[in-house]
Amino acid sequence: MQHDQKYTGQDFKVVGTRPNRPDGIDKVTGRARYGADMSAPGQLVGLMLRSPHAHAKIVKIDTSRAEKLAGVKAVLTSADLPDLTNGNAGDYATLENCMARDRALYDGHAVAAVAAIDKSTAKKALKLIKVTYEKLPHVTDVDEALKKGAPQIQPACDGNLGGRYEFGHGDIEAGLKEADVVIEKSFKTGQTHQGYIEPHACLATVGPDGSGELWVTTQGHFTYRNVCATLLGMDIAKLKVTSSEIGGGFGGKTHVWIEPVALALARKANRPVKMVMSREEVFKGSGPTCASSMDVKIGAKKDGTITSAFIECRYSDGAFPGIWGMLGGMTAWACYDLKNCKSVGVDVLVNRPKVAAYRAPSAPMMAFGVESTMDMLAKELDMDPVQLRLKNVAREGTQSSYGPVYGPIGIEPTLEAVRDHPHMKAPLGKNQGRGMACGFWFNIGGQTCSDLNIGVDGTVNLTVGTIDVGGARASLSLIAAEELGISYDDVKTTIGDTNSLGHNDTTEGSRGTFSSGMATIFAAREAIEVMKGRAAQMWGIPVEAVSWENGHAVATGAEHGNLPPLSLKEIAAESPKTGGPIAGHHEVTADGSGVSFASHIVDVEVDPETGRTQVLRYTVVQDAGKAIHPDYVEGQFQGGAAQGIGWALNEEYIYGEDGCLQNAGFLDYRIPVCSDLPFIDTKILEIPNPNHPYGIRGVGETSIVPPLAAIGNAVSNAVGVRLNQVPMSPPRILKALEDA
Amino acid sequence: MRYESPTTAKAAVDLLSKEKGKAYVLAGGTDLLVRLRMDMIEPDLMVDIKNIPAMNEIKKTPSGGFKIGAAVSGAKLGANKALKKAWPGVVEATNLIGSDQIQGRCTMVGNLCNASPAADSVPAMIAAGAKANIVGKKRRTVPVEDIVTGPGKTSLAKGELIEAITLPKKAPKSGDAYLRFIPRTEMDIAVVGAAVSLTLKKGVVEKARVALGAVAATPLLVKEAADAIIGTKLDDEALEALGAACSAACKPIDDKRGTVEYRVKVAGVLAQRAAKIAYERAGGK
Amino acid sequence: MSGVHVTTTVNGDPVEFVCPADESLLDVLRDRLGLTGAKEGCGTGDCGACSITLDGQLVCSCLVLGAEAEGKKITTVEGMADGENLHPLQRQFIDNAALQCGICTPGFLIAAKALLDKNPDPSVEEIRYALAGNLCRCTGYDKIVRAVQAAAKDLQKQNRK
Repeated sequence: MQHDQKYTGQDFKVVGTRPNRPDGIDKVTGRARYGADMSAPGQLVGLMLRSPHAHAKIVKIDTSRAEKLAGVKAVLTSADLPDLTNGNAGDYATLENCMARDRALYDGHAVAAVAAIDKSTAKKALKLIKVTYEKLPHVTDVDEALKKGAPQIQPACDGNLGGRYEFGHGDIEAGLKEADVVIEKSFKTGQTHQGYIEPHACLATVGPDGSGELWVTTQGHFTYRNVCATLLGMDIAKLKVTSSEIGGGFGGKTHVWIEPVALALARKANRPVKMVMSREEVFKGSGPTCASSMDVKIGAKKDGTITSAFIECRYSDGAFPGIWGMLGGMTAWACYDLKNCKSVGVDVLVNRPKVAAYRAPSAPMMAFGVESTMDMLAKELDMDPVQLRLKNVAREGTQSSYGPVYGPIGIEPTLEAVRDHPHMKAPLGKNQGRGMACGFWFNIGGQTCSDLNIGVDGTVNLTVGTIDVGGARASLSLIAAEELGISYDDVKTTIGDTNSLGHNDTTEGSRGTFSSGMATIFAAREAIEVMKGRAAQMWGIPVEAVSWENGHAVATGAEHGNLPPLSLKEIAAESPKTGGPIAGHHEVTADGSGVSFASHIVDVEVDPETGRTQVLRYTVVQDAGKAIHPDYVEGQFQGGAAQGIGWALNEEYIYGEDGCLQNAGFLDYRIPVCSDLPFIDTKILEIPNPNHPYGIRGVGETSIVPPLAAIGNAVSNAVGVRLNQVPMSPPRILKALEDA
Repeated sequence: MRYESPTTAKAAVDLLSKEKGKAYVLAGGTDLLVRLRMDMIEPDLMVDIKNIPAMNEIKKTPSGGFKIGAAVSGAKLGANKALKKAWPGVVEATNLIGSDQIQGRCTMVGNLCNASPAADSVPAMIAAGAKANIVGKKRRTVPVEDIVTGPGKTSLAKGELIEAITLPKKAPKSGDAYLRFIPRTEMDIAVVGAAVSLTLKKGVVEKARVALGAVAATPLLVKEAADAIIGTKLDDEALEALGAACSAACKPIDDKRGTVEYRVKVAGVLAQRAAKIAYERAGGK
Repeated sequence: MSGVHVTTTVNGDPVEFVCPADESLLDVLRDRLGLTGAKEGCGTGDCGACSITLDGQLVCSCLVLGAEAEGKKITTVEGMADGENLHPLQRQFIDNAALQCGICTPGFLIAAKALLDKNPDPSVEEIRYALAGNLCRCTGYDKIVRAVQAAAKDLQKQNRK
């Protein structure tokens, strides 16, 4: 059945309210089961041996002593895994990253694994594995890696160039000629980690018949299933993946790390294998985001009209090429309506972990360069920074810098809201500064499949395949209740395992509520069609004479109008006699996810003697399309802003001269603590997405895009010196002050 | 590894001195158990001293000072009003270590014996003139500044452990203070720490001790810094000289927490700020 | 490795276990006693996800040896509700949407309870500093602090009755 996904502007009864989440009680009582909370009878403990070198040839791995240790049930090296060197490049990189073959490419790269009866035996076994390394020259800095003669990381790449992507339109050189003012500046950002509190964890079982099960913390259990099965040569249908509750992901749980290894160990030992990363392993052996280095050049007329906009940003992808430069390149100028613009995203290989997605991946770096330079331009033109942005703002009909022509979008309304916000008018004290910045993220749709089943008492099971990372079950229950015209409490939403639904893409790209929301609406509408048929049967009238209003079947037309409406509960109660269970189902490749924009305001105070920055006040304004459950929309805004604050001020991977990571723990990888932050005010704007029945846009990622630049602008305003590197750690701020 | 939980100091000393393998004293465990967990140590024996009653006490000494048992947690220290009134700098420094969770376990003696250059309580203890009461084959008492000999190294012999820290009687018109610099508001290791203890006579600094943390291989007692403020009313000139003396005494390293340049500068800044607080606490205006 | 035999009390129940001398109390709770409410986020006392109380004192169970639990009284998140009645903090965390992924929630609840037990009317700043040993990466702490404020009010009302 075809459904119209166009926005209809309907009035909502339950959507937009703030009921309690269905998984709340489990999560406040300790009952909720996360990745490491599951056990199986006879399970083994799996541990990984990791390279202590930034770059080294693996000459030999001798596992014989480990294999002989009592209690060791399996030892695994790349020799036990398929050699995909000449196969699909993506599969090769994924597997090679999970277990190094000829060379260890970064500090923490896995080289072997064991499964043993307990943790201490497994630890002992790791110590008995003798790896002979031949150290190779390494490079960890993104700009150094591009220089001639830098150590080459992947033989298939040109130098360490992983890819180069250009976007834009017009003629930037011609635009510069029209400019009255030109601002040129270079910027750098440190490498950060998603910092989810739950380490990667899984429990794997594979029998000699090739059937397996995987319990795992993931943002996409269908993707994990497909990837693991492909890498290990298993049939997709024979690997059942069940997603645990997920203790944070932010993009970092979209890729496999230990999971194929756990499955391979389980297969070899023919016993369940549980693997749980330590925090050190999470930092060294999962997928942080890129460090970056960029050059920006903006030309403008005296009235603020931007005539030319250029940025090149080089992203450190780690030891394997990604598409991070492409993503960044697409986002760079997305907030603005520009005649001449160009953005270049460059992917660079370095001896660091293989980068994974981190909330609006690659966009915060570009925004740091663009939005910092915008503020410099405003200063040069003696213009209000918000006015400068409004002067050049993208609107419906604007040709975006990355290709599409925009439909209705929210950047101008967020800027107007910022301009008019009381925060912008609040007085500032000594050593304090205010900054603002804008941000953009695409959002995606993708493959989704949902099931809706109505019980005989009229309560509803909604089964979806997109992981709930922060309240999605509440939002989807609201949508099902809205559509069916029933109470929120009558809907129970569950995340199905891979055997219970068709494929669902990973929860990434802020797609969960958009795409599963759409599939839920249409599954509910399918169920309504069924219920109309059942009502017709109960009444003995043609189905054409039945309509659905407010959770009831209503008989229409003069000859049936006196029939009292039948509620969903009444129809459900009769279902065993009218044709059996009532269900709705929908699968879709959801399209038209609707882009998202935000503008942030921040006040900081900088201690001029120590260079320490305190965030005093923070306001997020973002377009949500439609906030289904406003609490969790606000939560996304606040969480993204907090991560951005950490990135701006303190978080970064610190590498020593030996190319080894020096701060692989929460002690020295300093994410914001409770006392670091103020309350984070939010303002939700709702500019409906025309391509969703409820107007939903993704809301999860955009909030991390503006903070780096907003705080950079605030700090620069507080101290009177432009900061062009994040994190703006106290030593960097003090140095900038001294150099000024 | 064996775990022992003796109930007397003598039994603890016996266990430690007789152990042929690697033996460690377990007080709060907030450093030791991290090292165990990170495989940085492989103990054969861990001697838990928390079940030794005397080591859990804070007692007034006959001379009017305080004796703080080695197993007294930061939380317990912070709850002792008399101690906090007499030596606010020492108590605040100890209470700066880690979170409330860490405070429930961590101890001053553990902080000292862990021998990190960045330990928060140690500069404060040094400035206060604290002494360590050591038990072993025989008892001995040494100034706290003589305990740490290098990163992770102490002057304690095998079979010795610190039973308690003794703080002297607080002099009239005296005050102490400790400040540290960390990038966040909590949970970090000090990038620089500065402690000042001083006594006034008619508004003039008569005696002073200044100690710095995280700016050298061991916590430093900086005599030149004390000299810079003795005989002054802590005017701007004296503060300037104090800052300069502290910066000059620094022998820091570049590491993940801060640069040499940064530590040298901020050591002076923090010492000045700590001195002002100590001066005010001593009743100076 | 010879095991240590430990007799202790967990959430009011008498418990006995044998564990290796170097095993953390967190591992004992999770792997031997089946109490997986306390989580391991770091294993080094930096995240607070494993928070419990030991004789009423808030601690990170990853930095306590199982052997040290001898004769102690342990409380974990599993012992927070009174039968089917949630503790006001648990209720307010749900009502205020103070959790997204929820992995840090048990630790926050235990730490917040420890705070309110000794300071029934904390200021925002006191709440923020008392919870600084508990990392949350999802919420920016905003709704957590509000939930603790609301629970403090509930408890004050409860205690006046």
